[in-house]
Amino acid sequence: MTEREIYSALTARFGEKILEFQDSETANPAAVVIPAVLGELMTYLKDSEDTLFDSLMCLSGNDPGAEEPLEVVYHLYSMMHAHHFTVKTRVPRENGHVPSVALLWRTADWHEREAYDMYGIVFDGHPDLKRILLEEDWEGHPLRKDYVAAETYRGMTIAKVKE
Amino acid sequence: MSRLHAEEMILNMGPQHPSTHGVLRLKLTTDGEIVSNIEPVIGYLHRCFEKHGENLEYQMVTPFTDRCDYLAAMNNAHAYAIAVEKLMGIELPERVEYLRVIFAELQRIASHLVAIGTFGLDVGAITPFIYCWRDRETILDLFEMASGARLLYNYIWIGGLAHDIPPGFVEKTYEFLDMFDARIAEYNQILTGNKIFIERTADVGVLPPEVAINYGVTGPSLRASGVDFDLRRKEPYSIYDRFDFKVIIGDGRMGTVGDCWDRYYVRMLEMAESARIVRQALDQLPADGDVKSAIPKRIRPPKGEIYFRYENPRGELGYYIVSNGKNIPTRVKMRSPAFSNLSVINEIGRGWMISDVIAILGSLDIVLGEIDR
Repeated sequence: MTEREIYSALTARFGEKILEFQDSETANPAAVVIPAVLGELMTYLKDSEDTLFDSLMCLSGNDPGAEEPLEVVYHLYSMMHAHHFTVKTRVPRENGHVPSVALLWRTADWHEREAYDMYGIVFDGHPDLKRILLEEDWEGHPLRKDYVAAETYRGMTIAKVKE
Repeated sequence: MSRLHAEEMILNMGPQHPSTHGVLRLKLTTDGEIVSNIEPVIGYLHRCFEKHGENLEYQMVTPFTDRCDYLAAMNNAHAYAIAVEKLMGIELPERVEYLRVIFAELQRIASHLVAIGTFGLDVGAITPFIYCWRDRETILDLFEMASGARLLYNYIWIGGLAHDIPPGFVEKTYEFLDMFDARIAEYNQILTGNKIFIERTADVGVLPPEVAINYGVTGPSLRASGVDFDLRRKEPYSIYDRFDFKVIIGDGRMGTVGDCWDRYYVRMLEMAESARIVRQALDQLPADGDVKSAIPKRIRPPKGEIYFRYENPRGELGYYIVSNGKNIPTRVKMRSPAFSNLSVINEIGRGWMISDVIAILGSLDIVLGEIDR
């Protein structure tokens, strides 16, 4: 199926929970959805005969800018049908919650932990949500555009980046 | 007689341990010699690659990609360059494409040599490691001729190459290829068919194909489970559709499909295929063409985003790049293959002995530099 066909199938099924379809020359076509529908939608994409997305290639957090909501981007691929699809969801900067897909695709386990670590997005239903690359007692989430590094960490001075 | 008191024990393997291939800590829960749970603890080598990427101009990110997977620096830079070129719509001269393929495949051989050598080392075969190092050295000499560096090259740039190959490079590469086929036979003699090696690796740590796909395991480790999936064939990038090569998959010759021996042997056969690709690319290499002609003066991709994936020696290397039309990317996410490959270790390593966990870890061929980024 082409991305547009998958999108049509999704809107037929989930209605206004699918917010928009992004399609331009310089971007992979993507469906933007509300976080609440994500669990059901991903299960459908993974298990439906027509789509069968058995492989989650990549799960990324993204911060488009200091005033805008954070994004979680899912890049899906089907080994069987050899087609791609991208799903995006947006969460508020403070206290953003997204349903976890770690039990659908086990690869999402570590990727969600990374997104939590770097952006502070909480994945509800994740089996063991904790930081992965940074220490547990690190302050803040460094890939956010509004991140300001603390002065010290466990008594060590953190070097300031020269502008 | 009263029963012996027995309980589970937590054993830390690493972070400083020669068999963990870098700074990795495995928290093993052990019941005697049997491992009942493995929890990898990573991040010791985190160098903020993605944060750097958001603060540097596009061309300045290239050297950072080299440092992520330091055993396959050419491949990492190649993937990044293609991703940005696709975003900008740059057409490359033929000579650049061929030279890039030559370097990418030589790098794949070099990386697999380290994988095979250190894997042998992990299970107690020291000699093959020295042999592998010797041949990798020849490849590094070739890289040094071209780029001046032996490990981190900064040679593949967005839109071209840093400079053309020096005189004598093509002949030297042919010499290496002529010698290399005989070397593969030598490795097979000292390692592949070695009874002790087979005993240690066959039937150990079997990775079923559906588990591999679910965990996002890619590259030789996925193919060893019998899945015919190679991005060079499935989604050909650069000029890979012009070459004749076989996609190697595991067949369980010494035990079960997807065991440690299969993961080892897929890499061994892939080296021969890579050598074939290099030979074809050298044969077809266009004599003229300016390798710098397509390098843009200003690198400002239009507003947009791309997820591009690439077959790196360890698997699917993905770059998710978001551009807002400026000369600095908004987001550079690297989907590193070894990150996902390592995450499967609890699934396939549980229930084995501690010494087998070392073999399983070695067979996954991880590089901590790209896991921690």
